[in-house]
Amino acid sequence: MILIFSIYLLLQGHNAPGGGFIAGLMTSATFVLQYVAYGIKHQRSILPLNFPMLIALGLLLSLGTGVVPMLFGKPFLTSAFGHLSLPVFGESEWATAVLFDLGVYLVVVGVTMTIITALGEN
Amino acid sequence: MKLDNLIILPVLLPLAGAILTFMLKGRLSRQKLVALVVLGLNLAWSLLLLAQVRSGEILAFSAGDWPVPFGIVFACDIFSALMLTVSAIVSLAVLLYAFHSIDIERGKFNFYAFFLLLVMGVNGAFLTGDIFNLYVFFEIMLISSYVLMSLGGEKAQLRETFKYMVINMLASALFLIGVALLYAVTGTLNMADLAVKIRTAADHGLLTVIAMIFMVVFGTKAAIFPLYFWLPQSYPATPPAVNAVLGGLLTKVGVYCLFRAFTLLFTFDPGYTHTILRFIAGATMAAGIIGAVGQFGMRSLLSYHIVSQIGYMIMGLGIFTPLGIAAGIYHLVHNMIVKTALFLTAGVTHDLTGTTDLHKLGGLLKVYPLLGWTFFFAGISLAGAPPMSGFFSKFALILAGLDAKHYLLVTVAVLISLLTLYSMMKIFRYAFWGQASREYPKVKYGPALCSAVALVAISLAMGLGADWMLELVMAAGEQMMDPDLYIRAVLLEV
Repeated sequence: MILIFSIYLLLQGHNAPGGGFIAGLMTSATFVLQYVAYGIKHQRSILPLNFPMLIALGLLLSLGTGVVPMLFGKPFLTSAFGHLSLPVFGESEWATAVLFDLGVYLVVVGVTMTIITALGEN
Repeated sequence: MKLDNLIILPVLLPLAGAILTFMLKGRLSRQKLVALVVLGLNLAWSLLLLAQVRSGEILAFSAGDWPVPFGIVFACDIFSALMLTVSAIVSLAVLLYAFHSIDIERGKFNFYAFFLLLVMGVNGAFLTGDIFNLYVFFEIMLISSYVLMSLGGEKAQLRETFKYMVINMLASALFLIGVALLYAVTGTLNMADLAVKIRTAADHGLLTVIAMIFMVVFGTKAAIFPLYFWLPQSYPATPPAVNAVLGGLLTKVGVYCLFRAFTLLFTFDPGYTHTILRFIAGATMAAGIIGAVGQFGMRSLLSYHIVSQIGYMIMGLGIFTPLGIAAGIYHLVHNMIVKTALFLTAGVTHDLTGTTDLHKLGGLLKVYPLLGWTFFFAGISLAGAPPMSGFFSKFALILAGLDAKHYLLVTVAVLISLLTLYSMMKIFRYAFWGQASREYPKVKYGPALCSAVALVAISLAMGLGADWMLELVMAAGEQMMDPDLYIRAVLLEV
């Protein structure tokens, strides 16, 4: 439930309250709940993710969103947006800012989980 | 493609490099390769920027195409480009040394990633045109420096890092307060916009207070009198390579910010602010050198000299004429190069002999002639003997001081210069001259020393090509004494 809400926050973040940071925190909260309830072994078995690597991936994604516009001669971080017709969802809006947010999201999840598991293991 | 957009490359390159090295966890040789390529590109790009802005053009752009006072602005004038180039040279030199001196353990714990992040923070601070982003880049730089300092977890290291962290957090908090006050008074944080608003502001009393807050903040980072106390203890506790980059780069970013703030923003009452700066300059020179006289550790001696040399740079700023600023910049550039070279030689000495305590050394010149002479030339350059670059930068400073009739300050500067020479000769005499007091291992140290030799060569080149250098820094000084150029470039051209 929290996970779904956090993804909702992530997706609306670029022009309504929400965003990658807060969504990341909420997602980590769900993982932490799991962790508290079932312990580290269970956690590892259902979520075989390398959290530090998640940080790097997130950073790379955010950086990439910033750099790509430079290739088109626009300043760093310029975001593009427009409308798109998707088969299932119908008319919807897209923006590259979402990708940036996704990067932030990954970084936050990675950082929080790294810290909490490191503290928890000691 | 417009060049303006690409001035941010010196920030993006190290960031990308840091992420890559982070992902290459454990594969040390590839990490080194990435770091080397990134810093090489960084240097090449900085040189290109310098060539571009030399004519007086100021490059600026706003991230995300936002209208100017609201967007995040990056700007590059001669001063920024010069600082970028020098910091690129210094970081590359330290990296080459780090390959030989940083142990595998530290390398595995992301030493190179944080080194690159540090370079990113430094470059960002040089380029940003927005005072809040200056804060952000400062934090990036400081956080990476905390990691670099504490990496390895030796006892002395952790103790000193803790002090360093507390001091810097305090300064950062003050920085934020200053930024908040500035925003409350003027309603903007864009530096060019701020310069305009400050000039037309009615109440200069409050602005003077804010100026003083910033002086304290940047002064703590730059280690000026009386805020230098944290530096001489904390720097020698770190690994030599980290020591070199902290001594060569970090404090100089504080000096850069002082230059920027007190030529662009707080120029409404130079009779007050710049008199304080001149006083601080003299006191910093004296305090640093007095501290150095009593020291017998090579690295703590050199750390006190950082403080003393900062005084000369602030002197240029305090004189506040185009020549004064130019001389200050010249000294800043010269000092970054030479100081790093000195720390690198001290580092190599440490690697070879296991100590930098002058009482335990002696006769090194016979065993390691190249090391001895590299130190000698770097030392006399720091003290200001011709034909090294230190002579010309001090000469210009003294000339500027005489022009502006600050005779007392000039006297202090000359005296301190003599004491610097004495102190350098002290190191040389105790460590390198005389009979060897014990056996030294005969090992090859050429590769570890090569970057120090290159830096000394650059210092010599800057001395021999003083004409060309002076022309460049004069252009920078004149450009900075006319803030309208910067303001117009940022507010209108973007």
